[in-house]
Amino acid sequence: MIGLLHKGVMKDDQLDLMFKALSDSTRRRIIDRLSNKPGQSLFEVCAASIAEGGVALSRQTVSQHLAVLEKAGLIEITWKGRTKAHSLRINKNHITAASWLMKYNKNGEEE
Amino acid sequence: MKIYVTHIFVDDQDKAETFYTDVLGFKVKNNVPLGEHRWLTVVSSEDPEGTELLLEPSDHPAVKPYKEALFSDGIPAHSFQVVDLDMERKRLDDIGVNFTVEPMDAGPVRMAVFDDTCGNLIQLIQMMDTTQ
Repeated sequence: MIGLLHKGVMKDDQLDLMFKALSDSTRRRIIDRLSNKPGQSLFEVCAASIAEGGVALSRQTVSQHLAVLEKAGLIEITWKGRTKAHSLRINKNHITAASWLMKYNKNGEEE
Repeated sequence: MKIYVTHIFVDDQDKAETFYTDVLGFKVKNNVPLGEHRWLTVVSSEDPEGTELLLEPSDHPAVKPYKEALFSDGIPAHSFQVVDLDMERKRLDDIGVNFTVEPMDAGPVRMAVFDDTCGNLIQLIQMMDTTQ
């Protein structure tokens, strides 16, 4: 983590928020969905969860997951008319942070 | 006991009457003057004896925040069933209806969502044959 902090990429509290946001399979699935189709409303994210044949999630649950992702800076809110739309906002800092384990891959060899 | 009427809050009854009849193709069933508004219901032309939809004025103070909150989350206020969703979507799109969700599969149904221009999102669904 020191390497990242040294580069001034992301602060520890931001990293905590990001890793916490990624520590849930439902939230990772929401990221996948938003990657395939940006600009989705709460209703669309819920409908997609049913379409995938997985566990149907309540709107309240999805709403809370979206709030965690937004707080971690992984998604951004825009407005499509009067409807709130959610899109991914994954930047270089997130990618750098998510790959911080790579620095322990000393030989560059894959297991 | 049976359900004979359900309702949708509309910003303007005249505008709603035009949209729900001329655009969606429903028929006016009851049109009774009630003070400054009307008891205005429409029915499906495919099922004129079926459940009526009351186009209810949005004046009550609770209605505006309710409608805005639903619209904000993209949640439809009502859902109508069609035989062929993609055909209906094309027909409505051609006459200027704004779809906020394009037809998509959602479990046992195929669905889409459009703006009724009266403050509501409306869901259209087609029941899919899930026996295949």
